[in-house]
Amino acid sequence: MPTAIEFFKLLPKTNCKDCGQPTCLAFAMLLANQKAKIDDCPHVSQSSKDALEASAAPPVRTVTIGTGKEIRMGGETVLYRHERRFINPIAYALTVSDTCNVTERIGEIKKLSFERVGTVYDIDAVSVRCDSRDPKRFADAVDSAMKIWDRPLILECVPEIIEEALIIASSRRPLIYCADKDNIDIMAALAKKYSCPLAVRDADIEVLADLAERAKELGVNDIVLDTAASNLKECIERHTVVRRCAVKKKFRPFGHPIMDRVGSGEYAIAMAAMSTMKYGSLVILDDLKNYEALPLFTLRQNIYTDPQVPIQVKQGLYPIGGPSEHSPIFFTTNFSLTYFTVRADIERSKMPVWLQIVDTEGLSVLTAYSAGKFTAEHVADALNESNVLSMSDGPVVIPGLVARMSAKLRDLLNRNVVVGTTESRDIPKFLRDLK
Amino acid sequence: MKIPDVSEKYQGRIGEVSLEGGYAAGGADGMPFLSFENSSKRRVMIAGEVIDDISEYPELAASMFSSRQNDPVEWAMMWKEIGADMICLRLKGIDPDKGKRTPKDAAKLVKKIADSVKIPVIVYGCGTPSADNEAMSEISALVKDTRLILAKADEDEYRTISSAAMAGRHVIIAFSNLDVNLAKQMNIILTDFGMTVNDILMDPLMAPLGMGLDYSYSVNERIRLAALSGDKMLQIPMICDATGAWDVGDAIIDDEHLGNVTSRVTWWETMTAMAAIVSGADIVIMRNPGAADMIMGYANELRGD
Repeated sequence: MPTAIEFFKLLPKTNCKDCGQPTCLAFAMLLANQKAKIDDCPHVSQSSKDALEASAAPPVRTVTIGTGKEIRMGGETVLYRHERRFINPIAYALTVSDTCNVTERIGEIKKLSFERVGTVYDIDAVSVRCDSRDPKRFADAVDSAMKIWDRPLILECVPEIIEEALIIASSRRPLIYCADKDNIDIMAALAKKYSCPLAVRDADIEVLADLAERAKELGVNDIVLDTAASNLKECIERHTVVRRCAVKKKFRPFGHPIMDRVGSGEYAIAMAAMSTMKYGSLVILDDLKNYEALPLFTLRQNIYTDPQVPIQVKQGLYPIGGPSEHSPIFFTTNFSLTYFTVRADIERSKMPVWLQIVDTEGLSVLTAYSAGKFTAEHVADALNESNVLSMSDGPVVIPGLVARMSAKLRDLLNRNVVVGTTESRDIPKFLRDLK
Repeated sequence: MKIPDVSEKYQGRIGEVSLEGGYAAGGADGMPFLSFENSSKRRVMIAGEVIDDISEYPELAASMFSSRQNDPVEWAMMWKEIGADMICLRLKGIDPDKGKRTPKDAAKLVKKIADSVKIPVIVYGCGTPSADNEAMSEISALVKDTRLILAKADEDEYRTISSAAMAGRHVIIAFSNLDVNLAKQMNIILTDFGMTVNDILMDPLMAPLGMGLDYSYSVNERIRLAALSGDKMLQIPMICDATGAWDVGDAIIDDEHLGNVTSRVTWWETMTAMAAIVSGADIVIMRNPGAADMIMGYANELRGD
């Protein structure tokens, strides 16, 4: 991404204010922080736009698989998430062999779906794999898959067999997996002919660069790199080399998303976790159990959160589970971790609760209390502001860690105040006993 | 095609803390597990958790130790048999509200465990400062010929525990709350008080998977990058506690749709530990022997040959 000065050089430097900013330099600074678009300047020349587009191209190209409900991969600009953020979350795909009952298998895959803190997690893509070595059978399997799977597809097949399936599926823009040094020309030609993204694979990182370059020469722009990592060490080292080459050295052959094919079993899950943390954009697994899927999806969610978003939630009233005029009123701080934890534990109880969040500038319960930002007065003000006390005559529940404020709060609110649990995880039991 | 050289030449390196039994922690001079920029190949160390009072310990975890969890010494021995590099003993029993163990008895227990296992032992108190301070003093007075790791010193409570550590030539754990600057500040406080950097491990608080792991992951990475760039007050080996995974509802809740709870919590703890070691941890504290076994295997392999 260009700096503010680099942007500034390409602007008209007239300070005309037509972009809404006082000066061209102010506008350039917004551009550098991705807070404005170059098109906001009505006077910028086409040659400047072209120059910017070239230099603003992210070091890792964004590649999509599928249409409509597509997977976006790559587009990354940094090596560490704290530097800005990681952009496009890694996708998880499961293998469907063309020798199995495709409909049944995909039905099972669809069941791997969870909801966690308001987000639904499920499998992003299926990879139809040719095990039959029969073009007709493979094409039939792809056809069956497309009937019940409207999300992205990967076609895992050798070049002699894949074309029949591509004719059926190319409108869905599947990822072709994969080209190697023996078949790169014919695979690249197929990818070009059917306008599909192409994976290239080799364990030798220099050969991998050659393959990416060759695919590009043959007219394929959307390339995905498979470093053929067979263990965690290869995974972290090869992924790091590829991504550093792209981000720090602008080495174009590696300016593409990275993927892994990890097989099944315990070790495959560890590989998927490593790929999730270290620059992977796609992992194909042969198998994924529900007890493996939930932690893996959660890891992805954690790694791809935006570290620049303040770790606070807004002060306000958060009704959980449709609370009524008698439901208890909980309150806690606006530190997002506290909020998510308390919220999740209340949800787990399956009981309706009014949750009042008090602005403590993102501090947790004890820290905020010690800092004088979470006093009985603060709490009373927040409760009065949200008007919850007139919506429910239920008890006000104090976090156990700040039980000391109960007398004061009772006086201020003139209302039944109960001391809750010290640990958020004990809330469900507390709510059951409260009844 | 030749590819560019992307190994970093860092100015700084992580110091080494020597531990009981000829072990040492730290020494990294590159980001974790990249053999092309790390000259040393020290393996991440795994500490197995032992608690002297298991009244609040999860039953599911207890069931994994074939009744040996009922005797802390036996429990520690079991961890050693499993392959743990260290023991992490938590003295919950000295909590005055429980009154199960006096600080003097706690010191005897620490000595007994240290003498039995002959691998490094981390000793945590119960969290009540008065009891912990008394216990750390007793431990330091009793255990003279073994180098323990005393935990934990934080901004409010560091004097007594540091004095105990210095008196017995023990190591100390400097705790800070998810913040690079606080971590550095804590190391400065301890060295100003008289500790040497080779007697400090730092614990920047490892938030578990699904409950703030994102913050910890980046705080750890930033600490390690700053240390490698030359910030001496951060060139201290890092210890992360992965047992927080057991506090996450999704990891331990009984729910058929989420799958087998034993396998789920095992993965929860393993992935928390993986995130810790990938972001810079030199030592990881584990609760679940299955997860510990997995992370030991991965750590071995990541070390490379």
